[in-house]
Amino acid sequence: MELTRRRFFQLTGSACVGFAFGGLGFDLSPIEAHAQQFKLEKARESKTICPYCSVGCGAIVHTRIERDQRILNIEGDPDHVINRGSLCSKGSGLYQFAENENRLTRPMYRAPYSKEWKTVSWEWALDQIADRIKKTRDAGFIHKNDAGDVVNRVTNMASMGSAALDNEECWLYQTLLRAMGLVYIEHQARL
Amino acid sequence: MAALAESFGRGAMTNHWNDIKNSDCILVMGANPAENHPISFKYVMQAKDNGAKLICVDPRMTRTAAVADLYEPLRSGTDIAFLGGMIKYIIDNALYQKTYAANYTNAQFIVNEKYGFDDGLFAGFDSQEKRYDQSRWAFETDTKGVPRRDPTFQHQRCVFQLLKKHYSRYDLKTVSKITGTSEEGLLAVYETFTATGAPSLSGTVMYAMGWTQHSTGVQNIRAMCIIQLLLGNMGLAGGGINALRGESNVQGSTDHALLFGSWPGYLKVPRDSHKNLEIYNKKSTPISNDPLSVNWWQNYPKYAVSFLKSMFGKNATADNDFGYEWMPKCKDGRSYSWWKLFQAMWHGGIKGFFAWGMNPAATCGNVNIIRECLTRLDWMVSVNIFDNETSAFWHGPDMKPEEIKTEVFLLPACAWVEKEGSITNSGRWMQWRYTGPKPLGESKSDGHILMDLGDKLKSLYAKGGTFPDPIHNLKWDYTTNGEFDPHKVAKEINGYFLEDVTIDGKVYKKGTLVPSFALLQDDGRTSSGNWLYCNSYTEEGNKSERREQKDAPNNIGSYPEFAWAWPLDRRIIYNRASVDLNGQPWDSRRWVVRFDGQVKDGKYIGGKWVGDVIDGGGMPLQHPDGSENEGGRYPFIMRAHGLGQIFGPGLADGPFPEHYEPLESPIANNFLSSQRRNPLLRYSKKVDLPATDDPLYPIVCTTYRLTEHWQTVTRLVPWNLELQPQVIVEMSPELAKMKRIKTGERVFVVSSRGKLECTAVVTHRFKPMKIVDQTVHQVGIPWHFGWRWPAGGKEGSANVLVATAVDPVSEIPEYKAFMVNVHKK
Repeated sequence: MELTRRRFFQLTGSACVGFAFGGLGFDLSPIEAHAQQFKLEKARESKTICPYCSVGCGAIVHTRIERDQRILNIEGDPDHVINRGSLCSKGSGLYQFAENENRLTRPMYRAPYSKEWKTVSWEWALDQIADRIKKTRDAGFIHKNDAGDVVNRVTNMASMGSAALDNEECWLYQTLLRAMGLVYIEHQARL
Repeated sequence: MAALAESFGRGAMTNHWNDIKNSDCILVMGANPAENHPISFKYVMQAKDNGAKLICVDPRMTRTAAVADLYEPLRSGTDIAFLGGMIKYIIDNALYQKTYAANYTNAQFIVNEKYGFDDGLFAGFDSQEKRYDQSRWAFETDTKGVPRRDPTFQHQRCVFQLLKKHYSRYDLKTVSKITGTSEEGLLAVYETFTATGAPSLSGTVMYAMGWTQHSTGVQNIRAMCIIQLLLGNMGLAGGGINALRGESNVQGSTDHALLFGSWPGYLKVPRDSHKNLEIYNKKSTPISNDPLSVNWWQNYPKYAVSFLKSMFGKNATADNDFGYEWMPKCKDGRSYSWWKLFQAMWHGGIKGFFAWGMNPAATCGNVNIIRECLTRLDWMVSVNIFDNETSAFWHGPDMKPEEIKTEVFLLPACAWVEKEGSITNSGRWMQWRYTGPKPLGESKSDGHILMDLGDKLKSLYAKGGTFPDPIHNLKWDYTTNGEFDPHKVAKEINGYFLEDVTIDGKVYKKGTLVPSFALLQDDGRTSSGNWLYCNSYTEEGNKSERREQKDAPNNIGSYPEFAWAWPLDRRIIYNRASVDLNGQPWDSRRWVVRFDGQVKDGKYIGGKWVGDVIDGGGMPLQHPDGSENEGGRYPFIMRAHGLGQIFGPGLADGPFPEHYEPLESPIANNFLSSQRRNPLLRYSKKVDLPATDDPLYPIVCTTYRLTEHWQTVTRLVPWNLELQPQVIVEMSPELAKMKRIKTGERVFVVSSRGKLECTAVVTHRFKPMKIVDQTVHQVGIPWHFGWRWPAGGKEGSANVLVATAVDPVSEIPEYKAFMVNVHKK
């Protein structure tokens, strides 16, 4: 039986060494031990919380110290009092959510009426976006309502997002949007 | 969340995950934790091992239902009828917790004479404007403005009597006729759950989008709030109402106000009529003249001013109203929710749009319309880890890129594991996450992108522009060595003393972090980006990083020093209701808090609360000798009157929940009144095309998630996709036989709005229901997919079928009940 990389992680990712033998029909303990040592010597450990549902399970991330410095494995954190090391059918695959070939790695731009994306630099993209924001805001800014009350709002721009942001990012995000004058501020909580 | 806030004062899960193990009876309704919150189910099973009963009510036999002691199906969209029957059962059999209902709820309040209810409509209905005059539902007050009350519940207009009258119509026969649940089934659920009305027993409920995603969503939850208040289950370990949030930080992102109607910490967004800070504060601060009511929101101005100080730093001064005028105001009474937003976009009113970590072109109701809306923009910025239906809308099905002018900027966000920061789970636990690898490729954290964008805007507006003041004055110093620093923001959210401040003889030095929101000031001497999170990051350190393994002394699973919970590290909110009038636990085994008092001559002369962080200060309501304690405080401190609201006059669509049929339903009549739909229901007549009692669309459809997938993201994760690769439609063998459909065949599901190709799964999980003399079939579709992924574009979004009809209070769409037909491809 060929020990695929995936199967290897499934087995070694578990803290239960005893089950390894039953799973494959031969003794994996030496490989388990090797993997543990590998994680200790070649990887850095960091703690995280699952980004999927709202239970808030703890997980341990092992990141390779050398070469690509990418993730080696993600497994349940046995010291986390909610999940005590276990992860669900989604959480068990966290590794592949982060190390995923479909991830975006460069800013992209689609011009009006264009049929394709163009890869662009961050500097260019943010300059363009800031320019669009300013032009749109300045053209549509509402200083007073019909009754003459000062309202200082912008209704020709809207933003949706996001429960995928960290708390600190959420706070910063609403700060910037409100300073811009936006009132159309919406996110997943209502959907 | 609106229902929870109206009933108890705060819009959040009242208990937390580990606490579920303490329950004697768990009702799962409108949720499926075994599949959608799998790890939480560990605590459900622990409770069961300890002898608890598990009840599941769901249109579909889920994996939660599979292990329940009691499972009953119901027709999707009939939860209020089901729960209204339970309220009637509680009252008819006097099963309510008498001391609790009389002292901790507003059941004793007297409602004014103008209140009434007739044939599905509450008093004050304006049929033109489709809204109620809520002043008709006010409480009768004495000369001091304190609600008049009758603790004996005899007064004809006391809430208890009105409740009794309202639900007298919800008899078993009628409820069964509406819900399709058998009378025996209803009775079994009612008997089992209401047994928790015994003071020493606790019952809890787990709900999620199965309750919220209806045109009566808020009132579905209100019905359960009423039940929990009657049974005295709020505040107890193993009790409460547990809203299971769908995303890892949907609690935190709501707390931090990523919604049009609030500022961080559930402060209100200013409206046009709030011309200055004084008027805004006055309109936002509730008043109570009852000395026993804590009325915590009386502190409102302190939180509002501290927030403005965090927004604008030293530029916010008393002279300029702390920058109040720089903040945008919303029109009075106007909503700016997703469906208003897309209406404005449809009509060309919105030129620029940000989709930040979101995919509305797959997740909103009636997504074909949403996709069309995006073509009417000048520009869009999508910040995401993946390309999706929103950023790629211009080359989606039926789109002609050469005719679409919208410019699209797609910015790569890094993954959660490549940055540092906190998230808040459903149980209000704020937990810190650490950086593993560096961001992949050129991707950046959302915080980094926001800082860069803010810098660019600041420098552009430094050269001039329309009303540059708020951008110019915005405090924007959250970087360290040029990098976004989440610790700096976390500290700002907690708040600082901006000057030396002396409170109760203690000096708090300028520049130190504020240890508790009780110390925030309304004069600009403190800042706090979100008062609710004040206490999370203090001079003691970042409390969300704590990982102390020690449990509470009686092992109720609250782990008081693991992570940090809002507010003030309180693990169970409304815990003050977990004790009797003398401050002693209703249940001494699973006690949460108790009053450790010094007693002299039968009176408390001092003492302290022990256990969880007590909700509000003060003493128990009664002395040990049974006399009233003037130093006592009511338990629901976030409500102006201090009591749990069985009668909820603050919700636009009624003070009591009333059953109405969904926008689309298989039956022509509402068996309870001549109001077929929620009288305040809002939907777009032009695009929603409601089909009711329509032979073209005779089947009830609902949507849900699979245990293998999360939202629209995991379809990009090969392991998850391998487990569930396709859009499926689940249907009963009876319906499949009628339609000559077999498992594995591709079929079309059609609604009046769209058409979706699915793979049929014929299963006994769905059963036809008898609604009066009619057989009603139900089908269900998971909504995880969309044309962009998986590659090939064959697996579409279930939301092409859904209407944009929304609940009138929360404005959440009705994803859970709509009419379709099914036929072979």
